[in-house]
Amino acid sequence: MNKSLAEKFYYYMKLGREFELRAKEEYMKGNIGGFLHLAIGEEGTHVGAILGFGNGEFFVHYRDHVYAIARGISPKLLMAELFGKITGVSKGKGGSMHFYSSKFNFYGGNAIVGAHIPHAVGLAYAKKYLGKSDGVMVAFGDGSTNSGNFYESLNLAAVYQVPLLFFCENNYYAIGTRIDRVSAFKDLYKKAKDYMIAIQIDGMDVFEVYRAVSLAKEYIQEEGKPYFIEALTYRYESHSMSDSGDYRSPRELKIAKEKDPIDNLLKKAFKESLLTKEFVEEIDRKVEIEIEEAVEFALNSKEPDLEELYKDIFCED
Amino acid sequence: MLYRDALKKAIDELMEIDDTIVILGEDVGFYGGNYRVTDGLFSKYGEKRVIDTPIAENSIVGNAIGMAFGGLRPVVEIMTVNFSLLAYDQIVNQLAKIRYMSGGDICIPLTIRMPQGVAKQLAAQHSQSFERIFASIPGLKVFTASDSITAYYGLKQAILSDDPVIFLEHLLLYSQDFLFYEINDFDITKQRIVKSGENITLVSCLKILHDSLEAVKEVEKKLGITVEVIELTSLSPLNLDLVYESVKKTKRLVVVSEEPKTGSFTSEIITKVMENCFYYLDAPPLRITAEDTPTPYNRKLELFSIPTPDKIATKIINWGREHGL
Repeated sequence: MNKSLAEKFYYYMKLGREFELRAKEEYMKGNIGGFLHLAIGEEGTHVGAILGFGNGEFFVHYRDHVYAIARGISPKLLMAELFGKITGVSKGKGGSMHFYSSKFNFYGGNAIVGAHIPHAVGLAYAKKYLGKSDGVMVAFGDGSTNSGNFYESLNLAAVYQVPLLFFCENNYYAIGTRIDRVSAFKDLYKKAKDYMIAIQIDGMDVFEVYRAVSLAKEYIQEEGKPYFIEALTYRYESHSMSDSGDYRSPRELKIAKEKDPIDNLLKKAFKESLLTKEFVEEIDRKVEIEIEEAVEFALNSKEPDLEELYKDIFCED
Repeated sequence: MLYRDALKKAIDELMEIDDTIVILGEDVGFYGGNYRVTDGLFSKYGEKRVIDTPIAENSIVGNAIGMAFGGLRPVVEIMTVNFSLLAYDQIVNQLAKIRYMSGGDICIPLTIRMPQGVAKQLAAQHSQSFERIFASIPGLKVFTASDSITAYYGLKQAILSDDPVIFLEHLLLYSQDFLFYEINDFDITKQRIVKSGENITLVSCLKILHDSLEAVKEVEKKLGITVEVIELTSLSPLNLDLVYESVKKTKRLVVVSEEPKTGSFTSEIITKVMENCFYYLDAPPLRITAEDTPTPYNRKLELFSIPTPDKIATKIINWGREHGL
C-alpha cells in the first residue's frame, strides 16, 4: 500500500463522513426533506470500492452520498441536491436517493431495492457489444439479495458473460430486519458462487476493500466475466432519519464502532508511516472548509422555477 | 401487407442502418418470435443483436434500460401485455422516472412492443387490454398499431424516438392483410381519420377499431347517416385536436374499447371532449367497452364479455334513435 493511496482514502472517507454528519444536522434544521439515508460507518466499503474500481460505470442504491463523493462529484452539487436546489446534481428533482451524473458514469441513486441490478447487467452487455472494455460495478445491500432482481441478474450476467462486478454491502439489516431472519444464507456470497467467483471481505478495512475490488476489476476486464464481492460492513445510523434504530442493541453498536473504518485506516497508516499527523490535520481543515462551502452554496442557490415541473420528462418535448 | 410483416419491415429497415438497435425478448431469436414478427432477423443479424432471453420480464426490461444507458437502442418484445405486469416496476418506477429524477441527464431510447386484447379462448390471464395502465404514467409515450400503416410507420417512429415508448399491438391482427401505401409526413402522435363522416364521431383503436368499422356500415344504413371514424394512434402524448374538430362538426361522440368499462381509457377521451366541446354536443357521449369482468374461457361467454360488430351497431343505433338521429 502506498502513501498517496492512503492519503486519498483518508480524504474521501473524512469528506464523506463530514458531509453526512452535516447533512444530518441540516435535516434536523429542516433544510433537507424527505428520506435521508446515511452511510456513516460504511465509508471504508464505499470509498474502497469506488477507488478500487477506477474507470467504468457505477450503479448504486439510495444510500449513495459517500459513493458520489468518492467518485469525485463536487460536494456542492450534492449538498445542493439535498437542499432541493436547481444547482443540485439532479436539478433538485431527485434528492438524496437519486444522485445521477452521466459525466461521472454515476447511474443512480435508485430507491427500489435491487431494481438497478438488471440495469447494470444491460449496460455491461452494451459495453461488451460495443467493444468497450472498462467494466461496470453495481453496489447493492444485503436486503436486495433476497429479491428476484438479484437472482435474475446473477443468472443473466453469467449467461451473457459480461464484465460486471456485483458489490454487495452487507450491513446486516434490511431497514429493521436482521438479514439472518429472512435469508436462507447468512454468508451472502454463497448465493452467487455457483454463477461466478464470489468472495467475502472485511468492509470495515478500506485497504482490503480496495485490494479486492482492484483485483476483481482486473479479472472482469481480462476475462470478460462477472465477479461477486460481499463486503461486511455496518451503518451506525438508523436506516433513514425517520426510524429510531432501536432494533439494534447498544452493545452491538459499540462492537461495530470499535472497528470504525476511519480509525482503522489511521491506526494502520500511522503504524506503517503512510500518513503523518500534519497531513491529517491539514485534510481535516480542508474538509471543514469544503463542507462549509457546500452548505453555503446550497443555501444560496435558487429553488427550481415552477416551469421545471414540466421539464426533463422526455428528451423530445 | 400483413400486419406482422409491416412490423418486421420497420424493425429490419432500421436495424440495417443502425447497429445500435438490438431486439430482446422471449423466443424472439432462434425460434422466430411467438407471433413471427422477428422471424428471420436472428439469422440476418445474429444472436448478439437478436437476443433470446429467459422468461423473466422484469430483467428483459431492466437489462434493456441498462443497454440504453450504454448507447444502444433496444427494442423489447414482451410476449403479451399480460406479462408486462412482471416488469411493471421496471416500466413505471425505472423507465418512466429515471430521466426526470436525473434532472434530464439521461435519455432512454427504448421501445417495448407487446400485443394485447381478447383473442380466442385464452382465458383471463391472457386476454387483457392495458391502455389505461400505461397511458396514465407520466414519462411514457404510448402508441398503438391498428393496421399495417400504423404498424410500419408508427413502430419506426417509436424506435427512432429518444424516449421510452410502449407500443401496443393486438393478438388478432398479426395475420391480417391490410392495405399498405407510402405516406410522407406520417406522425403517430396526431391520431388518424380512417373514414370521414358527418353525423357521429367514433374513436377507437386496435382490433376493436375494425369491428367498429364493420358496425358503422350497419349504423349508416339503418340511420341513414354517416360516421367519422378516428383511429387513436397515440394515447400519450394525447393530442385530441382531430377529435375535437370532428365532434364540433358531428355533435356526437362514440368511444369503443376492449378494456373493461370502469376506469378504462375511454373515460379520459370522453372527459377531454366534455371539457373542450361540451356546448357542441347534441347527445351524451356513448362508450362501448368490455364488461367489468375477467375474460372467461367459454367462447359464448367470452364473446358476451366484449363488444362485437353486432353489439356495437345495435348500441349505436339505439343511442342514435334516442338522441335525435
